[in-house]
Amino acid sequence: MAEALIYSLIVGVAVGFSAGYLGSIMVLEKMALVGDALSHVALPGLALGVLLNFDPLIGAFAFLFVSAVLIWHLSRVTKLSFETLVGAAFTLALAIGILLFQDLEALEEALFGDITKVGLIQAFAAIVISIAVIFLTRVIYKKIVLGLISEELAISKGVNIARTNLLYLLLVSITVAIGIQITGTLLVGFLVVTPAAAARIISANLSRYLKLSATFGAISAISGILLSSYLSVHPGPLVVISGIIIFAAAVIIRWRRNFAP
Amino acid sequence: MEAPDNFILKVSNLSVEISNQSILENLSFRVKKGVTLAIVGPNGAGKTTLFRAMLNLVPYKGKIEWNGKVKIGYVPQVLSVRDLPLSVKEFLSFKREADFDSVLASVGLDSKAVLDKSLGALSGGEMRRVLIAWAIVDKPDVLLFDEPTSGVDIDSEEAIYGMLRKLTAKNKITLLLISHDLHIVREYSDYALALNRCMVFFGDSKEVMNPETQKLIFGEPICREYGEGHGGSINL
Repeated sequence: MAEALIYSLIVGVAVGFSAGYLGSIMVLEKMALVGDALSHVALPGLALGVLLNFDPLIGAFAFLFVSAVLIWHLSRVTKLSFETLVGAAFTLALAIGILLFQDLEALEEALFGDITKVGLIQAFAAIVISIAVIFLTRVIYKKIVLGLISEELAISKGVNIARTNLLYLLLVSITVAIGIQITGTLLVGFLVVTPAAAARIISANLSRYLKLSATFGAISAISGILLSSYLSVHPGPLVVISGIIIFAAAVIIRWRRNFAP
Repeated sequence: MEAPDNFILKVSNLSVEISNQSILENLSFRVKKGVTLAIVGPNGAGKTTLFRAMLNLVPYKGKIEWNGKVKIGYVPQVLSVRDLPLSVKEFLSFKREADFDSVLASVGLDSKAVLDKSLGALSGGEMRRVLIAWAIVDKPDVLLFDEPTSGVDIDSEEAIYGMLRKLTAKNKITLLLISHDLHIVREYSDYALALNRCMVFFGDSKEVMNPETQKLIFGEPICREYGEGHGGSINL
């Protein structure tokens, strides 16, 4: 059991850190709900994994990946925002996922995560994937911020906005897929949204914002997992609650700063 | 006769259509190296579209030729920087690492006071100065500046144009700017290109204020035939 706890802590730090880092872009792009809703798209993939006896996380990733590409393509064709398309896709995915899950216990595991199933391989994979995600995010970060400042300016500087967005959606998909182990599909969106939101409140520059966002993500994951092991409950809700405490602290810091004499 | 390499930009028979609507019609002019050209005209005259065509952001007919390998800087009219957690230093380093103290000093800002400030915390005037610093920090050959003083009060407007003029002259930057204010155009630019869908005036900016030209600029679009403008010699 202690071993499983250590492995899940490793996954927690890796996922929390990379999700926080990646999520900082979502908050800047005002797409926080995209990350949250996109995570539910994993559900049918998890269900197929359970039904057909392969690793559900691979199913989750495949579904997230395909949906991300599809949403990216549809947004180019229809000119609808990611938010609108993800909004439509996630409810459909949720419906299909629930229909596919015959076994309620498996559905519960998919929705809320199960850290007792985290082993050495998952921990190792989480570290490697998180490092890759952070590296790739660094590559596209400047391009995305330039695009946020002015899309025309970014294009005139040779930035391919569509390609950058696609890579970004894929990175979110991968991070969400590994995060599901800890928090389940229902709450994994939290990791890409709330740490970044807390960091945004108390950051005046980009480098601080990124560091804080990633750190808050990791701290929320670790505290949630440790508390869950102590209280013997699902870690997901406790990860969320830890993160919300950080968010509240950030609000108080900002509030005090605003009203400082 | 001017030597051909004296021109940094030659535009010939440029037309732009967006969604089947003609935005620019048959525009031809040339810009000499190192000058300041102001582009004026009413809303919807095609000023920003002209910049977009020069930057290859919209499809066009005709020819836009730059003289050799030219580094083009661009400052769009609308930059959404206020909502971003971006410090002045980070914003400038997006372009190039440089001696920011002297760059900021050249636009009249004290780097100690603003370098670590968030862009959102700057006043309108400070923001425009930072934008000018940002525009020149990577030393472009040509700078396309869309409304350099939008959002700035009238008093600071002249100071900002004066500074822009001085800095582009010092760094040998050819400046193409879009402005609404004909008085500013006359005082702070060498040449003026007046647009009202087609070219209604091209020549010495001192003459842009004459009543006939003004009527053409701000009246109903009348496309008249001009010879090719030669950056100074007026073909009216």
